[in-house]
Amino acid sequence: MGPNERNAGTGPVIEVRDLNTRFGAAVVHENVNLSVEPGEIFALIGGSGAGKSTLLREIIVLQPPVSGSIRVFGQEVVGLSDDAALPLRRRWGVMFERGALFSSLTVAENVAMVLHEHTHLGERVIGEIAAVKIALTGLPPDAGPKYPSELSGGMRKRASLARALALDPELLFLDEPTAGLDPLSATGIDELVRSLRDGLGLTIMMVTHDLDLLWRAADRVAVLGRNRIVGVGTMTELSRSEDPLIRQYFFGPRGRAARQQAWKNE
Amino acid sequence: MTSQPAAQLNIGAAPASDAATVEMRCTGAWTVDGIAELDRLLETLSWPERGEVVVDGSALSSLDTSGAWILHRTLRALERRGCTVRVQGLRPEFGSLLALIASREIATATPVAAAPGSLERLGRLAWTGLHGLAAYFAFVGETSIALLHSVAHPDRIRWRVILHNMQSAGIDALPITGFLSFLLGLVIAYQGADQLQRFGANIFVVDLVALAMLRELSPLLTAIIVAGRSGSAYTAQIGTMKVTEEIDALRTIGVGAQEQLVLPKITALVIVLPLLTVYTDITGILGGMVMARAKLDITFPVFLDRLDEAIAISSYWTGISKAPIFAMIIALVGCYRGFHVTGSAESVGEQTTMSVVQSIFLVIAADALFSIVFIWLDL
Repeated sequence: MGPNERNAGTGPVIEVRDLNTRFGAAVVHENVNLSVEPGEIFALIGGSGAGKSTLLREIIVLQPPVSGSIRVFGQEVVGLSDDAALPLRRRWGVMFERGALFSSLTVAENVAMVLHEHTHLGERVIGEIAAVKIALTGLPPDAGPKYPSELSGGMRKRASLARALALDPELLFLDEPTAGLDPLSATGIDELVRSLRDGLGLTIMMVTHDLDLLWRAADRVAVLGRNRIVGVGTMTELSRSEDPLIRQYFFGPRGRAARQQAWKNE
Repeated sequence: MTSQPAAQLNIGAAPASDAATVEMRCTGAWTVDGIAELDRLLETLSWPERGEVVVDGSALSSLDTSGAWILHRTLRALERRGCTVRVQGLRPEFGSLLALIASREIATATPVAAAPGSLERLGRLAWTGLHGLAAYFAFVGETSIALLHSVAHPDRIRWRVILHNMQSAGIDALPITGFLSFLLGLVIAYQGADQLQRFGANIFVVDLVALAMLRELSPLLTAIIVAGRSGSAYTAQIGTMKVTEEIDALRTIGVGAQEQLVLPKITALVIVLPLLTVYTDITGILGGMVMARAKLDITFPVFLDRLDEAIAISSYWTGISKAPIFAMIIALVGCYRGFHVTGSAESVGEQTTMSVVQSIFLVIAADALFSIVFIWLDL
């Protein structure tokens, strides 16, 4: 399947069923259910400590839940060993909240490393493809030979995204893609996320706090609160929700401003 | 994905048109997994010199950004040679992907700096060496100023931090330093026993063990262990704090890094290393005593009697007097290397290695210097 055909597949890309997570006595998730459809930009939101990042880590097989089922591309990932998870991990890319770029490699080397590890391509073409990915994320061409410590926060996020895109994944996980960015860079990320989905046919799952990003980019949003999913739907649907937690989220002063801005743009 | 046919490019004369037109048919999966072979072949291919080229993409089974890049690169290369390129039959989504790649400015050739000549390398080496020496002196100077400042304002001395450092560099090191110096005493007595027995001079094993341990080995051994344990920890701690901008945060709050991080470490180590040396003196001689009894039948009371006669108190003091200097070397080098960490995790490792190597080197060099000075002073 090519990236553009991938979405034609049937069934959800990610399916979480009856997921339970606990850290000691603290309950994080209680019977969480959600599914992400092919080709959509799915956002997971919720207050700090609601377990958004934990859920993400469980889906990308970095951390096991207590019980429940998580299927990615139709395959059960709970309890999967690193070796068994490798074929799946090649099909998704992850952009970590703080970038997690390898600090001793340049941006281009960070991207190229993934290609060296997983393909049989020649040195030259790997360099070229790395440059393509760097350009796709909107970084200037001279960012490639720079080290992560020489980049600004926004550029580091883009570089991290370039690395996540190295193997042309079908599914992209973004953890807080706009956190810590100035509004201009954050707007750039909104557009980037949408153009990646439209141009490369990706399915995108992101964890975010950014209401602007949600209004502009997300197709569907799930709200995590009180240890479970309290609402799923488009932003417009959620903004009509009666749930106090969701109302609080959307009708706080910041939520209102973002919503008005979104209406204005339409 | 891997079961798909690899990317291919079939080149031939276009059917039903004039001979100048070349048709290229793209088939298979032009994806990151499928293009490896194609890319190698493309390097060896010779392209037509002008004329019209029709690229037919109707048989492409899939295309990703890597494949699109290869296609884009090929098309551009043809255009540069003066060919008229026409793309046909491409699925709309593949077309838009190709357009996406074409719209970006891509830095394909990263300029490689010419390797410097040997003279330039030598020059750079000398320069960084000199620069490093100057920076080290500057660091010692800064620390001295901070120390003077601290003496002038004793209320700003961080006793808790000093005590904590004494705990980790001193008390926590007791088992390992004690054990190693006990073994060292044991080994020296064992090696000496054979020689001394031959001359019937059994009792002189006491002189041998005590002099060697008190004057040289015990201060040196302790300093080397502490350099490996604590010097490296200082570098790693300060280095990581630099990476995470904690040093900058300290300065912003108005707390000097020297005052908070360096002085307490130096103070703690200067207090603790002589004490550790006294302790390893004792355990080392204890090791010698045990071996002397086992190998030479010298009982503990006899050993201790001889110890009293054989060793002048000055031997003990010369050994102890080195310890504060060693402590300063270890703490200064450890902290200095920590402040030299730049940005990356690799740099933390590099500087930690350098810190341990340099502090052990300097400790042994200083020890040699001490020997010369003591001979000169007739101690």
